[in-house]
Amino acid sequence: MSSHRKLSYSLAINEALHQMMAADPSVFLIGQGVKSPWYVGDTAQGLLERFGTDRVIDTPVSENAMTGAAVGAALAGMRTVVVHPRVDFMFYAFDPIINEAANWHYMNGGKLPVPVVFWGIINRGGEQAAQHSQSLHGMFAHVPGLKVVMPATPYDAKGLMIAAIREPNPVVFIDDRWLYKLEEPVPEEIYEVEIGRGNVVRAGNDVTVVASSFMVQESIKAAEILVKEGINIEVVDLRTIKPLDENLILASVQKTGRLVVVDGGWRTCGLAAEVSALVSERAFGALKAPVVRITLPDCPAPASAILEKSYYRTSADIIRAVKGII
Amino acid sequence: MRSLGGNVDYPKNLLVSFYRQMLRIRLCEEAFVEPILAGEVHCPCHLYSGEEAVAVGVCAALTEEDYVFGNHRSHGHYLAKGGSMQGMVAEIFCREMGCSRGRGGSMHLIAPEVGMLGAAPIVAGTISLTLGAALASTIRKDGRVAVTFFGDGATGEGVLYECMNFAALKKLPIIFVCENNYYATHMPIRECRVEREIHEIARPFGIESRQIDGNDVLQVYDAGLQAVEKCRSGNGPVFLECLTYRFRGHVGPDDNVQGSHTDIRPREEIDLWREKDPIKQFENYLTVQRIMTQEEMNTAREEVTREVTDAHGFARRSPSPRVEELERYVFA
Repeated sequence: MSSHRKLSYSLAINEALHQMMAADPSVFLIGQGVKSPWYVGDTAQGLLERFGTDRVIDTPVSENAMTGAAVGAALAGMRTVVVHPRVDFMFYAFDPIINEAANWHYMNGGKLPVPVVFWGIINRGGEQAAQHSQSLHGMFAHVPGLKVVMPATPYDAKGLMIAAIREPNPVVFIDDRWLYKLEEPVPEEIYEVEIGRGNVVRAGNDVTVVASSFMVQESIKAAEILVKEGINIEVVDLRTIKPLDENLILASVQKTGRLVVVDGGWRTCGLAAEVSALVSERAFGALKAPVVRITLPDCPAPASAILEKSYYRTSADIIRAVKGII
Repeated sequence: MRSLGGNVDYPKNLLVSFYRQMLRIRLCEEAFVEPILAGEVHCPCHLYSGEEAVAVGVCAALTEEDYVFGNHRSHGHYLAKGGSMQGMVAEIFCREMGCSRGRGGSMHLIAPEVGMLGAAPIVAGTISLTLGAALASTIRKDGRVAVTFFGDGATGEGVLYECMNFAALKKLPIIFVCENNYYATHMPIRECRVEREIHEIARPFGIESRQIDGNDVLQVYDAGLQAVEKCRSGNGPVFLECLTYRFRGHVGPDDNVQGSHTDIRPREEIDLWREKDPIKQFENYLTVQRIMTQEEMNTAREEVTREVTDAHGFARRSPSPRVEELERYVFA
């Protein structure tokens, strides 16, 4: 049964790319290391052999120019996916992403769409230190004109990649190599996960836990432990962090009256602060306890494994936070 | 280097169109001076007066399908590529009927219907976009050429070098047109770089590169034609350094003359370049070659003046964007 066919997170992305490139000759992939598993794992496997060097373009180390080229090709009618094997490298490309792609449609009065996917891979841990660890989703989400998606499951990884490629606007697609081996049933056909729609991945009445990307998996782990103690948390997987599925978050908080926001980004001006502010503005009356944020500290990623262990948040932090507000 | 006055066999209508196009740009630019001084035009206008031969010469070598990206000083590129003058003037007045519906102003001119894919004032920011348009052409094998216009100031940006490398590596159909007007905003070129020969920067990447007189529309057109031919036949990219000079200062009608509050350019230097006015030179050429009579040139000037006046009338009659639509166009 195809509906039970299991696929890993990384191969779900790979399948999305294969199917979209086969379906639409204007889709192409460009970026550093697209032919090397060092850079992109198995997400790009088979693409070069199938679609050739015209449409699967491994590049010199020139993030600014290559990302700008992806944007320019989109302006000239292509649908571009540009991959950055580490989100950290995207700082070199902030000008084409933010100044150009995000603004182009608005500042030109809607004259040209910008169908480009900026795909950034979070690749952290393993004592890689501060410049091989970052996730800049909060920065991207701050910018008008960009949509930002962060799939937490293989199903969503495929469906969001397809939706991002079909989207007429620039989309930042951020995945996490810590999710790459995760497997679940993934439909073989082309399907979309709608951008801007979150998902309640676990229902509960006691506390709402809003999370995204890898932290959804940690939240599910926490839920499984807490349920044994009689605590039912509701896990809301944002899936898209810009635009936020505000109604889904608010409805859950209206039901539970308590909120823990879990984010794999830094604390100050981050995604957790945004969700917290949304709830204070629009569901203040429903809150029975202060909102708790679980984020990275305002600190660069360390190398030392001992420090790393303390730096990254886990299900244990979520459990502690939940217990602290009930 | 062949300069004006050499023997050419171009048909009269082509030469007349060069003249008219340069005139359209010049008269349209100079018509902004009064509205700027009167406070009717507020957005920063980087006037192109003096550099007309570059835009006209290069764009005449292109078809409507070819792509162009501009920069902060792109009124001339937009008009030369075939963008509507009414749409441009209305945009500079920040009106709804402007080519960017009043959301972009002078620095964001766009006319996708004629291949002008946009302009932006982040120095060198559109060079990589042009690279991508050239890449799209290569992937589709549709033969289009992409031209990126940038100034000497952009040669200080790293992305230019990244783009030249990739363009050369993939033999992309892109023409790098550097309009060297000797100033990067307020900075004279001697304060920006040791090596003054900008065209030399392309050679280490294996890119054919030429320095040309950017005030000689025929020379620019010749170089443009050759560059386009190379690109279309799969032998791009090409780099053209066009030596030219802006008559006005960096922004607005201020001439940035030494001794004035902006205090940048020697009066003698400006006067010298005024003698090399691309339009005046071309008028002489047309006269000596008996291609146009004085009367024909006068008529052309009157017609263009009318077009400019009409465009200003159109802009002034256009409504401003509606406040209710502030957030429209953030997303497609």
